[in-house]
Amino acid sequence: MKLITAIIREYQLDQVREGLIQAGISRITVTRASGHGNQIRMEVYRGKEIAPNLTPKMRLDVAVNDEYVDIAIDAIIKAAKSHNGHDGEVGDGKIFVTPLEQCIRIRTEERGSSAI
Amino acid sequence: MQALKLTILVTVFMKSIISISLLLFFSASSWAASLEPQIDTGATAWMLTSTALVLLMVPGLAMFYGGLVRSKNVLGTMMHSFAAMGIMTVLWVIVGYSMCFGDSVFGGWFGWNNDYLFLNGIDETIMEGGVPELVFSMFQGKFAIITPALIAGAFAERVKFKGYLIFIALWGIFVYNPLCHWVWSEDGFLFNMGANGAIDFAGGTVVHISAGVSGLVAAIYLGARRGYPLRQMRPNNLVMTMMGVGFLWVGWFGFNAGSSVSSGLSTAQALTATQVAGATGALAWALIELCHYGKATALGFASGILAGLVAVTPAAGVVQPLGAMALAVAASAVCYGALLLKNKLGYDDSLDAFGIHGVGGIVGAIMLTFFIRSSWMDNAAILAGGHWTVWDQFGVQMAAVGIAIVYAVVLTLALLWLVEKLFKFKSTDEEEMTGLDHAYHGERGYGMMNPN
Repeated sequence: MKLITAIIREYQLDQVREGLIQAGISRITVTRASGHGNQIRMEVYRGKEIAPNLTPKMRLDVAVNDEYVDIAIDAIIKAAKSHNGHDGEVGDGKIFVTPLEQCIRIRTEERGSSAI
Repeated sequence: MQALKLTILVTVFMKSIISISLLLFFSASSWAASLEPQIDTGATAWMLTSTALVLLMVPGLAMFYGGLVRSKNVLGTMMHSFAAMGIMTVLWVIVGYSMCFGDSVFGGWFGWNNDYLFLNGIDETIMEGGVPELVFSMFQGKFAIITPALIAGAFAERVKFKGYLIFIALWGIFVYNPLCHWVWSEDGFLFNMGANGAIDFAGGTVVHISAGVSGLVAAIYLGARRGYPLRQMRPNNLVMTMMGVGFLWVGWFGFNAGSSVSSGLSTAQALTATQVAGATGALAWALIELCHYGKATALGFASGILAGLVAVTPAAGVVQPLGAMALAVAASAVCYGALLLKNKLGYDDSLDAFGIHGVGGIVGAIMLTFFIRSSWMDNAAILAGGHWTVWDQFGVQMAAVGIAIVYAVVLTLALLWLVEKLFKFKSTDEEEMTGLDHAYHGERGYGMMNPN
């Protein structure tokens, strides 16, 4: 079992979500996040350009069984890379994969990969 | 002796000439004064207030619609209302007032009066009721703002900003202005239909039916949002929606009671009907929901307020409180049914511009016939030459509603086709997924709330 954490552009959320669903992965958690990266995001307020310190991002957490790890990663990359997955741009985000020790479904108290 | 007599004669003659000329002068000046109406400060003060109140409805609508969409579209949706304030005001000053309230041209299709261009000729005009014409013009201009802004609810979350601007400009010129001329201008053909005209006190046909029906056409023509109806699209901020409805209700007093263009008995009657209808509509909707769904929702209460207010809009000048209540209950019940039917049929009238404004407006404009106060009917009978029944008026109302619907449908279809062909109206899939805020405005509405 692995925990896949993806940091993506906010406005790519729909594409990534739909890509994951098409790949057969529909159990995800989404949170708003913000942070520093290579990207300096310029915004225009009342005609004045300002660069916010922290760039708003979306964070997806997906727990998957080992055989789904590559499928999930491919789906996220395809959807989150700028220009429809062709040419990436600074700010497209990152994916972290970490080992997942345990997974428990609260309702049934099942443990392990069947609970994912 | 002779000389003295002559002097006296001359003096008398001169005196009489002076007195006659003085008399002539005074009578002439008093005659001129009776032609030029004096300013009625009371009526003018109320009309100025009403003008401001109707404008308050536009940010109210922006909040109402803005709260109902997903968080990535909140600014884009509010901009639909605010952009109407900019574009429709400018158009109104240039040609709108002239097209609405000028003399009929092209067989009465719309009005025209060169004096009204840029409002040049009405700088010092005072109308019969003692109100400066500039105030009346600005008051009417507010209606031209809110009507296209209402349509935006039908195609929320899926149109390009540029296409929207062009669409509402054309819609205002070719749909709103002619309709307004027909219904409210003294030589409009609906104004003169039947004994005492088709009854549309404050814009049931001109504003609500035309906007609602055009919205329905646009929603079907442009197609649904991505994922609709499979995906749930939850409102991002119902708190803002509730505040928006509050603004709308307050503004509606200007909308309805201001439409008497006076400050007196008819103003009081319209104001009373407005308050009663808003309250009754809300209660009716809440009760229907309680029985049907088990819970009275806040959005339902708000929708009931709107349904009641929309239904009483054409009727505010002619119904008494009991009639206003009946109209509001009918409007809430029929609109509730219309929303259920929408879910069955599956078209994406996103924020129910047709479901509330179109349907509620039609219910109000037709059903008001049965609640007209007797003094109005008596007056109509005199104008008709002794006989005028409820069913005669019913025919007039049906005709007016039918004409407004057909005209709005045909012209809106043509404009949609044109704008989509020349400028592109519907957002691309990518823009829709990104959200209007980022795609067209480069901004975001909220801080770190509600991933959605």
